[in-house]
Amino acid sequence: MAIGAHSSLKVRDTDHARRRSRSGEEHTWSWGTFGRYIAVALVVVVALAPLYWTFITSVKSGVELNASPPTLFPTSFDLSNYVLVFSSSFFLPTLRNSAIISAVTTVLALLFGVLSAYAIARIDFLGKSAVLSSVLAVNMFPFIAMVGPLFVLFTGPFYIYNTYLALIIPDLVLTLPLTIWFLTSFFRDLPADLEESARVDGASRLYTLWKIIVPLTAPGVFAAAILSFIAVWNDFLFGLTLTSDEQAQPVTVGITRFNSEHVVAYGQLAAAAIVVTIPLVILVLLFQRRIVSGLTAGAVKG
Amino acid sequence: MTAQVAESLPQEVTKPSLRERIRMHGGYLPYLLVLPTMLLILVIAIYPMLDSLRISLLNNPLLSQPSFVGLRNYTRVLSDPVFITAIGTTIFFMLISVVLETMLGLGIALLINKTFPGRGLVRAAILVPWAFPTVVSAQMWLLMYNDQTGIITYILQSMHLLSAGDTLIGSRIGVIIASIITDTWKTTPFMALLILAGLQVIPTELYEAASVDGTSRWQRFIRITLPMLKGPLLIALLFRSLDAIRVFDLFYVFGQRSVPSIASYANFKMFAGTAEDFAPGVAATVIVFLFGIVISLVFLFLMRESTSRN
Repeated sequence: MAIGAHSSLKVRDTDHARRRSRSGEEHTWSWGTFGRYIAVALVVVVALAPLYWTFITSVKSGVELNASPPTLFPTSFDLSNYVLVFSSSFFLPTLRNSAIISAVTTVLALLFGVLSAYAIARIDFLGKSAVLSSVLAVNMFPFIAMVGPLFVLFTGPFYIYNTYLALIIPDLVLTLPLTIWFLTSFFRDLPADLEESARVDGASRLYTLWKIIVPLTAPGVFAAAILSFIAVWNDFLFGLTLTSDEQAQPVTVGITRFNSEHVVAYGQLAAAAIVVTIPLVILVLLFQRRIVSGLTAGAVKG
Repeated sequence: MTAQVAESLPQEVTKPSLRERIRMHGGYLPYLLVLPTMLLILVIAIYPMLDSLRISLLNNPLLSQPSFVGLRNYTRVLSDPVFITAIGTTIFFMLISVVLETMLGLGIALLINKTFPGRGLVRAAILVPWAFPTVVSAQMWLLMYNDQTGIITYILQSMHLLSAGDTLIGSRIGVIIASIITDTWKTTPFMALLILAGLQVIPTELYEAASVDGTSRWQRFIRITLPMLKGPLLIALLFRSLDAIRVFDLFYVFGQRSVPSIASYANFKMFAGTAEDFAPGVAATVIVFLFGIVISLVFLFLMRESTSRN
């Protein structure tokens, strides 16, 4: 980025010194910066506040839960909600279901996705834009409209209702567009000559694949895997409609079973929510850069 | 087009056959590679969509011998006042949440556009709401909206915006507001990051040239930033609007049966009614699909308009 002469620039908004950092962006030390920090802090607080509230709700004693007004800083620390959640008949099975369904669907989505993305990114074939548009168009489907026919199908001629397969199939529709979109953008950015020069050097096909292509593509595939896993884990609609009990229900449905008609076990609900979300929070914190690049890929480059 | 080619190159230019063109463009390999995906999409996405049209014209698809009843399911659904209200609910939700998320997202993107210490942590922190399943987010906000543990309920009651014993999700407008708040909380970070990516592609030379000319910050924003963001913004708006029109999880948790969106209405019709309600429920989902098509067409028109103007 260009580093221009700054002494002669007349800028109106602040009368303090400007310094340009290496990356070419400006640091202005003034009330503007202070205000910016306050605003950013506010955004972070709002983003994390519900998580905080859920956590303290999960560890408050029963007595304190009923207190009015609700306490902002808990005075009790009680893990009985977690005990109740883990010993419930349905919660752990639904957690296991979610893990298996998300993992299997992700593996399948990567398999199909890598093949398709490679073709779209590297080869200029006839009908390529048609393929790409139809893949993206799937993202615009109202999934609620798929639910009726799938229900009829899975309880009728193709009887897989209330099994993992009943969820893996529609969940693929959830992740494939995202996976292909991201992987296509990723493959496009890979240097094309690397594969060719390795081949010219006389390395065998398998050697090329293993030593060169795999390490190059690993970060992208890994990022795609994370995005896909999260997308499937977060599904609620298909899990609700195509399963009936904890044999195949995902945890998103399992967690709503803490709201019965009459008595809502808020403490347990909170504990269950924490259990479900903590792994996601860790994933996000560890891989935020990869996730962000995955989400924004293609949106700007087109 | 062949005529034009013949005009510009009067010599021996023959249009290659289809087979030759395929061979020039990488052979049959790419088609093999995309075949599994296309098959999957055909079977899992296209087939149910078409089948939903078929089912919506039947009396009850779960019978062994369903009969064709034409548009009766549609008239039944469209004459249901609950459904008409749900349409209004959903459209109102869509408009407000999309506008809010875009404006707030833009604000946040501008805020974190400059590097500062801890920026990575901030990005991670605001990404956290996005990572949660929507239904779990709804449950978490429910813990703040309810009458027992609800901190928000308490605050609103203290400000006399709610009467004692009442909660935000006790009224139709309250449910909509609660859904908007939760959806905005969850999605604004995504919009912010999308817009941020768009901001970072704008070359700084444009800003430098403008500031040499003595323009104010506001003018630079209007004249440079916004037009350059138009492309990514429109795409983001399109996807957000389509998402919003099919909102389900939030209204399922906050509104339940009394304040549905069109998607949750369809769901209750299909699975919580009588067997006779299933097909009308499917008809309702087709209506959701039609809404989606209208929105897509509007945006396609808008995008074509903006590219032709450039």
